[in-house]
Amino acid sequence: MLAIWKREIQNYFLTSIGYVFMGIFLLVGGLMFFLTNIMSASSDLSGMLGNLNYLFMLIVPILTMKLLSEEKRNKSDQLLLTSPRSIWDIILGKFFAACSVIVFSTVITLFYVIILAVYSNVTYPALIATNYLGFLLLGFSYVSIGVLMSALTENQVSAAVLTIGVNLLLQILENVGSSITIPGLSFLNTVFSWMSLYKRYNDFSAGILSLANVIYYVSFCGVMLFLAVRVIDKRRWSEG
Amino acid sequence: MGREKGETCPMIEIQNVSKRYGNKLAVNDVSFTIKKGEILGFLGRNGAGKSTTMNIVTGYISASSGRVLLDGYDILENPREFKRRIGYLPEMPPLYMDMTVDEYLRFVCSIKDVKKNYIKSHLDDITELIRITDVRRRLIKNLSKGYKQRVGMAQALVGNPEVVIMDEPTVGLDPKQIIEIRKLIKQLGEDHTIVLSSHILHEVADVCERVVIINQGKIVAQDTLENLTKNVSDSSRFRLRIAGPEREVYKVIRELPGTRTVDEMGSKEIDSFDFLVEADRNADIRRPLFHQMSKLGYPILMLRPMDIELEDIFLQLTNDKGEEQ
Repeated sequence: MLAIWKREIQNYFLTSIGYVFMGIFLLVGGLMFFLTNIMSASSDLSGMLGNLNYLFMLIVPILTMKLLSEEKRNKSDQLLLTSPRSIWDIILGKFFAACSVIVFSTVITLFYVIILAVYSNVTYPALIATNYLGFLLLGFSYVSIGVLMSALTENQVSAAVLTIGVNLLLQILENVGSSITIPGLSFLNTVFSWMSLYKRYNDFSAGILSLANVIYYVSFCGVMLFLAVRVIDKRRWSEG
Repeated sequence: MGREKGETCPMIEIQNVSKRYGNKLAVNDVSFTIKKGEILGFLGRNGAGKSTTMNIVTGYISASSGRVLLDGYDILENPREFKRRIGYLPEMPPLYMDMTVDEYLRFVCSIKDVKKNYIKSHLDDITELIRITDVRRRLIKNLSKGYKQRVGMAQALVGNPEVVIMDEPTVGLDPKQIIEIRKLIKQLGEDHTIVLSSHILHEVADVCERVVIINQGKIVAQDTLENLTKNVSDSSRFRLRIAGPEREVYKVIRELPGTRTVDEMGSKEIDSFDFLVEADRNADIRRPLFHQMSKLGYPILMLRPMDIELEDIFLQLTNDKGEEQ
C-alpha cells in the first residue's frame, strides 16, 4: 500500500495535477479568506471553509479521475494486479494519496488561522478545529466517490464528470428529501437527509463534534472503496 | 538459480481452464503443464486465446472454471505466494510514462516485496543483464519502443521470479532488436522457467524447446518441435530453377520415381523456369534429377530444399481443427 501511495504522490507532483489542484485551491482559499474574514473583519473561518467545500466538490475529481481509469486504459493495471499486492492495497494506496494532497493543501490554510490568532480574538479555538475536521472528512468522502467513479470507467474525463455529478447529487439530497410531501413517502425525507453528505458537515461547522458523524463519513468512504474493490475484482471475472 | 536443465517436475499446472465472455468461449478446457527450467512456446494465431490464457496464468483475470497451480500454490487460494513467483511481460509493457526507468523499477521492487537493502544491487544486476544501464535516468516516455520493451522485461525480472511469462515480446520491434531480445530470452532461460507466446513461428523455433499450440481457445498440439515436424509430414520439398523448356522439364520431373507433386512457378530468371517439387522423404530424387537434366542438357541453376516449416505444422493443425468445428 505504501508503495502505491508513494507512487501516486510522486505522480501528482511529477505531472501538473498536484500543482493545478493546489494552485486553484489556495488561490480561491486566499480570496475567500480575504472576502469573508479580512474584509468583513470576522474571525469565523466556517464561511471560508464552507465555500471551499463547494470548490472541493468541483476540483477533487482532478485528483481522482486518473487514479484507476488511466491504469486500465494504459494496461498498467496488469503490473499491479499481477503483483503480490491485493486489490485493497492498491485502492487504499491511491485513496490515501489523494487524501494526502488534500490534507497538505488544507494544512497550508492553517496560515490563515495563525493570522487570525495574531490579529484578532479567536473566541472558540475548538470551533476552528471541528470546522477543519468536518472539512477534511467531507473532502475524503469526495475522494472516495472519485475513486469509485474512476474504477467504473476507462476514460478519465467521464470519471471526473461522473464524480462531480454524484457529488452534486449527494449535496442536494437533503433538499430533495424535504421537498417530498406525499404522505406515505415522508420516510424518504428522513432517509435522504440522513444520507446527505452536506447536512452532517453543518454540524461540524456549528462546532458540534459528534462521533456518529465521524463514523458516518468514515463508513461512507469505506463503502465507496469497498465498491471500488468489487468493481475491479468483478472486471477480472468478466472481462479480458 | 543453478537449477539443472531438463528437470521434469511441473512448475505450473493448468488444469481444465476455461474462460467465457458472454456466450463466447475464449479459452476452452485448456490443460497443460510447464516444466521447471524449460522455455515453452505458446503458439497461436491472433485471437486464438493466447493472451487470455496468459492473463489467467498470471492472475490478471480469473478463469471461469479450472485451476492454475504454481509449485503447488493455487492462484485463487494463495494469490500472494503465487504472484510472488511469477514475472509477467504483457503484450503492452505496463509502464508509467512519467517516471524514469530507475524510479519505475524501484516502484516495481517495492510492490513485489524486494527487500529494501537488496534493491540497489538487484536493479544493478537486472539493468546490466537487460542492457538498459545507460537509460536508467531517462523518462520512459522518451525511450524507443525497443527500450520500452526491455524496461518491461526488466520489470518482469524484478524479485527474481521462478517463472517469467512473456506475451509476444518482439512485436513491433525492428529486426536487430528482435534478434537481441531473442538472445536475451535464451539467456534468461538458463535460470528461469519461461513461457513465451507468439504468432511468429521462427521465434518459437529459435528459442523454445517445447511448444503448445492453441487454436480457437483449444489446445491442438503440445510436443517438442522435432516430434511435431516428424508427425506432420513424411515428404520433402525443393525449389528448382532449370534452364530448359518448361513443359518438357515438368514432364521429366513428374516421371521421376518418388515425386508426388510438381508445381510450375513461372520464370524468375531469363531462359529458365522455377518448379516446386514435393517428393517422398526417403526417395532422394535429387540424384536422378541431376542425371536426367544433364542427359537432356538443361542445367540446374538452383536446387533449394524447403524444410517442412513450422508454418506448415501450424496451418495443418489449426485448419484441421477449424474444419471439425
